[in-house]
Amino acid sequence: MNRKYELVYIVSPEGNEDQITDLHTQIETIVQSLDGKIDKTENLGRRKLAYEIGPHKEGTYVIETILGSGELLKEIERRLKVNDLVIRYLAVRIDKDELVIGRARENRIATSRRRRTARGLPPDRQPGEGQPSENSEDRQSQPEKAEERS
Amino acid sequence: MSPGRKTSSRGRGKPKEGEKRRPMFRRRRLCKFCVDKIDDINYKDVTLLLPFVPERAKILPRRISGTCAKHQRKLRVAIMRARQLALIPYTVD
Repeated sequence: MNRKYELVYIVSPEGNEDQITDLHTQIETIVQSLDGKIDKTENLGRRKLAYEIGPHKEGTYVIETILGSGELLKEIERRLKVNDLVIRYLAVRIDKDELVIGRARENRIATSRRRRTARGLPPDRQPGEGQPSENSEDRQSQPEKAEERS
Repeated sequence: MSPGRKTSSRGRGKPKEGEKRRPMFRRRRLCKFCVDKIDDINYKDVTLLLPFVPERAKILPRRISGTCAKHQRKLRVAIMRARQLALIPYTVD
């Protein structure tokens, strides 16, 4: 079973860097023991929580993208539930969503190209033409641009 | 002669015939996600979600935001996930 999951967990602000890396290696060993794979790890750093969870007002967010089976995720969730350092976690299956998103994007680009060629225009949008580009990469980079302007 | 004239447009009761009562006209808002071509409504993208949970952190209804049904469904899921992760509050008092 090769499914793609996204696991986000919030580590208590008391946890230091070593404890966070320790937690990550713990998850890694579980993933490897149940022949899964960690695709990506991202530490979002400390963030203020939107509401208090127990005594905590902030926490460190860590995102892991994991390839593996449902049993693997069950095991990870069980472990995280037991761990006192983890104040909240969320595991979401993302492979299907990614597929749908990719397909929607491809479809839109294909139709836009078809229509453009039908109108006798070059298939791709020329720089400085019309509205800003539609790729999510561009959308994500927009806030940076806004900062540059200000 | 005609009692209908006596009631002004501001008065109570149904507007009488001939009275000019223009309904509050508001342009039908367009779905932000369709217009901006945002496929991925991600629960981690707080800046994207925040405009849809104003003041009391309730999800803005479709009739006000103008979001299409398809995207409102996705938005709802994303907001609920973000709430679980304390990225967005459940409620503000």
